[in-house]
Amino acid sequence: MYNNEMKLEFISKSSNEAFARIAVAAFASQLDPTIEELADIKTAVSEAVTNSIIHGYDKKQGVVKISSWLTENEIIIEISDKGKGIENVEMAKEPLYTTKPNLERSGMGFTIMESFMDKMEVESVVGLGTKVTMSKIIKPKEDKDEDEFKMLTANS
Amino acid sequence: MESKFYEKDKLLVLKVTSEIDDHSVQEIRRKADYEMERYMPKKVVFDFDSVTFMDSAGIGLVIGRYKFANMIGAKLGVSNLTQSVKRIFDMSGLLKLIPTVELN
Ligand SMILES: Nc1ncnc2c1ncn2[C@@H]1O[C@H](COP(=O)(O)OP(=O)(O)OP(=O)(O)O)[C@@H](O)[C@H]1O
Ligand SMILES: [Mg+2]
Repeated sequence: MYNNEMKLEFISKSSNEAFARIAVAAFASQLDPTIEELADIKTAVSEAVTNSIIHGYDKKQGVVKISSWLTENEIIIEISDKGKGIENVEMAKEPLYTTKPNLERSGMGFTIMESFMDKMEVESVVGLGTKVTMSKIIKPKEDKDEDEFKMLTANS
Repeated sequence: MESKFYEKDKLLVLKVTSEIDDHSVQEIRRKADYEMERYMPKKVVFDFDSVTFMDSAGIGLVIGRYKFANMIGAKLGVSNLTQSVKRIFDMSGLLKLIPTVELN
């Protein structure tokens, strides 16, 4: 069961990229993540939201939606657009694959999401849109303290 | 972004002072190219010391400036990579192409 849930909608303006990642990070902070965990979440959200804006909607205006849920020790984030969709998702996920090399994109967005989060899934239908679902386990603070304690005692 | 040109070494230092994402990168790119054309340096160094956030837009930024520097006959390096900036660059293999240099 979920302990908390939030939804966010905004238009596809690039100035909303910072707003989106900061909002999700603020929500995630309820799980008491480390600075690194929070940075990972921010980066992954930034990648997905940017993709919706520059690939999904291209130059057109549309709405980007974020839903997020918290459980005891996990954050689940769903980012979706009603943009143009992805023809071949497997290919799009390959490192360095980009359809916009002339805009100085590097094709690393999906690779970054995959490695910064624990799970990432992409659902997309051409002409209908794209939905990226990601999740990350955030260990409760007591466990982290315990890990640190074990490390300290193991070293002495 | 703050820039500083050292005439003696023909060195242009570009210090990024904002977060780097798809939105902010447009202004950084424009300024960087403008400063390179203005000073025609032999060396250009991107200083990441005060970058608190960077996503994949940073990879495109640096590779784009690497090409631009080549075009004007300059060498490009990066400096003061924070942990999170380095992680993104490492993933892309960009640091095999572009040297990390020390700024003093
Ligand atoms: N929301 C989306 N709608 C439509 N196409 C998408 C969407 N997200 C990704 N894509 C497609 O998948 C490709 C790969 O995405 P990825 O984020 O990995 O790289 P990129 O955005 O091209 O470059 P980078 O993220 O490194 O700047 C994109 O070039 C685009 O063709
Ligand atoms: Mg991308």
